[in-house]
Amino acid sequence: MKNFAELIKTLDSSNKTNVKVEALTQYFKNASDTDRVWTIAILSHRRPPRPVNTTLLRQWAAELAQIPLWLFEDSYHIVGDLAETIALVIPASKEQSDKSLTEFVEEMITLKRKTDDEKKEYLHRNWLSLNYYERFVFTKLITGSFRIGVSQKLMTRALSKATGVDEDVLAYKLMGEWDPSRISFHNLVLEESAQDNLSRPYPFYLAYAIEGEPEDLGDVAEWSAEHKWDGIRSQTIVRNGQLYIWSRGEELVTDKYPELAVFIDVIPDGTVIDGEILPWVDGNIGSFNDLQTRIGRKTVSAALLKKTPVVIRAYDLLEWQGEDIRNHPYIKRRKLLEQLYEDIKAYQTPLQISERIDLDSWDHALHEKAKARELRSEGLMFKRKDSPYLVGRKKGDWWKWKLDPFSIDAVLTYAMRGSGRRSNLFTDYTFALWEDKEDGTRELVTFAKAYSGLTDAEFRMVDDYIKKNTLERFGPVRSVTPKLVFEIGFEGIAFSGRHKSGVATRFPRILRWRHDKTIEEANSIDDLKAMIPK
Amino acid sequence: MKQPLLAFNDKGIYCAAADVYLDPWRAVPKAIITHGHADHSRWGHGSYITQHMNVPIIRHRLGDINVTGKDWGETFTINGVKFSFHPAGHIVGSAQVRVEHKGEVWVFTGDYKTEDDGLSTPYEVVKCHTFITENTFGLPAFKWTPQAEVMADVNSWWAQNRADGQTSILFGYTLGKAQRLLKHLDPDIGRIYTHGAVENMTQVIRQMVDLPETIRITPETRKEDLLGSIVLAPPSAHGSTWIRRMTPYVTGSASGWMAFRGHRRRRAIDKGFVLSDHCDWPGLLESIRATGAEKIICTHGYSDIFSTYLRELGYDARTEHTQYEGDEGDTEVRTAAEAEDEEGGTQ
Repeated sequence: MKNFAELIKTLDSSNKTNVKVEALTQYFKNASDTDRVWTIAILSHRRPPRPVNTTLLRQWAAELAQIPLWLFEDSYHIVGDLAETIALVIPASKEQSDKSLTEFVEEMITLKRKTDDEKKEYLHRNWLSLNYYERFVFTKLITGSFRIGVSQKLMTRALSKATGVDEDVLAYKLMGEWDPSRISFHNLVLEESAQDNLSRPYPFYLAYAIEGEPEDLGDVAEWSAEHKWDGIRSQTIVRNGQLYIWSRGEELVTDKYPELAVFIDVIPDGTVIDGEILPWVDGNIGSFNDLQTRIGRKTVSAALLKKTPVVIRAYDLLEWQGEDIRNHPYIKRRKLLEQLYEDIKAYQTPLQISERIDLDSWDHALHEKAKARELRSEGLMFKRKDSPYLVGRKKGDWWKWKLDPFSIDAVLTYAMRGSGRRSNLFTDYTFALWEDKEDGTRELVTFAKAYSGLTDAEFRMVDDYIKKNTLERFGPVRSVTPKLVFEIGFEGIAFSGRHKSGVATRFPRILRWRHDKTIEEANSIDDLKAMIPK
Repeated sequence: MKQPLLAFNDKGIYCAAADVYLDPWRAVPKAIITHGHADHSRWGHGSYITQHMNVPIIRHRLGDINVTGKDWGETFTINGVKFSFHPAGHIVGSAQVRVEHKGEVWVFTGDYKTEDDGLSTPYEVVKCHTFITENTFGLPAFKWTPQAEVMADVNSWWAQNRADGQTSILFGYTLGKAQRLLKHLDPDIGRIYTHGAVENMTQVIRQMVDLPETIRITPETRKEDLLGSIVLAPPSAHGSTWIRRMTPYVTGSASGWMAFRGHRRRRAIDKGFVLSDHCDWPGLLESIRATGAEKIICTHGYSDIFSTYLRELGYDARTEHTQYEGDEGDTEVRTAAEAEDEEGGTQ
């Protein structure tokens, strides 16, 4: 555990990519095989199931720290991270533990089946036998999310440096389903085996946002355009009579979308399609809010399946007749995809095709972009006609050209301390818009929360305002004298019964501080509703 | 109802019997000042009374003011109310104010810490009936490591950076933290440079305590000379053009807030050292217990949480709102002259 905790500490304390890669490379060179496998698993979000629920963790930590539970909870609100809070409040001890990462993880796997008393004894004993940072890492392993600024790409690069295996090959090998408690480092990283690869998706090719104008891309004839659909990026894999649907988050989601099972009957073996999972409501693309009702549900009721079915809108073909065709030119891959679509269209499966647009001019692109809201797309994609399908986010061949966000001027009404890196500032805000009441007056009604978009200096100024203009405190939340107006941007909008304002917005964030506006000049809920696509 | 000995109003902590304010945040005729940080000693009062060692500090900060200095424990009487200063251990010259009237004793801590930092006059327990305490770090998440261990880390960090051919830039408050760090840096490792604002304040403190030699960075300072040295700079210098000229460098910051991983990452600092001039959680609880006070008033920091906990422990505790900000927060309170000092740097 010592070397793993030391690795996490180094990764967590540096902002410099080369320092992180170097630390990981050294670790991968020196760690034991099983520790290496577990480290790859942990850094690619494959952890053993959580052995203890967080309610019990909090109780037991408060008990060991000899503080009341409410005080632990309040501290947690301020620290912003459960494992960090636990590591901070537990008293320091002189004891040491020499157990390896693998031993700890294996203990945690068996811990799940133990009684609460045994679990508590295990936690108390280990919390007291680890130093502060080891205690933090140990608790992180139990609680889950290990966000320490190491992308899978960065880890893969270090692993490649340590083993000499090509980075793109590694990215492919590490995808898909594998069980860290069974697979050996040799099988996972070093050895190529066809059988293992049956369910494996290809790494997604991701586009950068266009920086200037599309004209900067050069000759329009070299480019193909299409709309950028706003759902979940996915890969549909049919191999050996099996269907696998992967989401971009590298999650196997086949079981969540039973309506896609029909693909088995129509898509030939040895096919991989890159496409977007979209909600399909009454013959039209639904809102992202509709899709939210499907995400995160493992079992789907018949009623929901009828109300909000999904479709796959295909972008690209990555494997055909069992052959990896990612190196073929984009246009050639599209031809095969379009042929496949034509062949199975008559069966009316949930497979659709994302129309390709041959541009006459860059002006043409502008006209297409203008239709995006109506078509419910997020904007346009430009793909170079002769481009291969690359790995990860690469510049040059694919670009996204997104719509400007919706925007509205709203009033800051509530604030909460930020979490993690912003724990001592009020940076999480609630915004309100005007709503007319029956008696002719109007009131501010909450419509969205946002916590990004200001500079550090602006956050400090707003924080200062909040501290001096607090009206009431509700636990960690403060209500604030309405005075500050901000322009709030968001990507999507839909009616919603769950929101007080009657409207749900997607990705709300602060675009700018409207120093020039008074609260009277802020927008109304009616203005917001007028933005919802008909 | 009897008028309390000290009351909180919109100008500061007011002693009606003596018609004097403690650390007022708005201009008043007569102010008793605990220490030199800007949120406690503001500009514009008619007269200032403070501990001797704080006199040159606030003169440096506030210019030509009417100020009287007192010794530790020296009693002075205003309208029959007895006042005296007692060490708070926060920074050089920082004091608690003891107020006594008709047998009732109140103590106002200003800012304080219980650990002896080897520079400030160490904190002294003052028995009282009512204790007005700060709680900047009044959460059980804050438990300080002894200074000797932290400074050993700082020195080995510096030595490692030097071995790697990099300059170490260490951020700490211009008044207090910078001198505390300086006092315990190991001059055998290399040269110690200072940002102009730090140097100016250090010269003031140097008149009262021994400190290692420092070199002010000026436009003439050569980059090659800086390599492998350590530079003491105010937090506000982080990310400035002044810093960028020192490439290659590594940044470190010493503050109580560095206990939170998030805080260091937010500020994009390479290395955080948890070193505070305020009490940690056990320090607060222990000093409150030692005063023997039954009534506790919590001022700045996590005061709501802290006073709730004190009530559970059986104290008569409450929160009063003040405009003290705690000098280890994100916003450093500075006078215009200091801001100019810092931004001027070596330009």
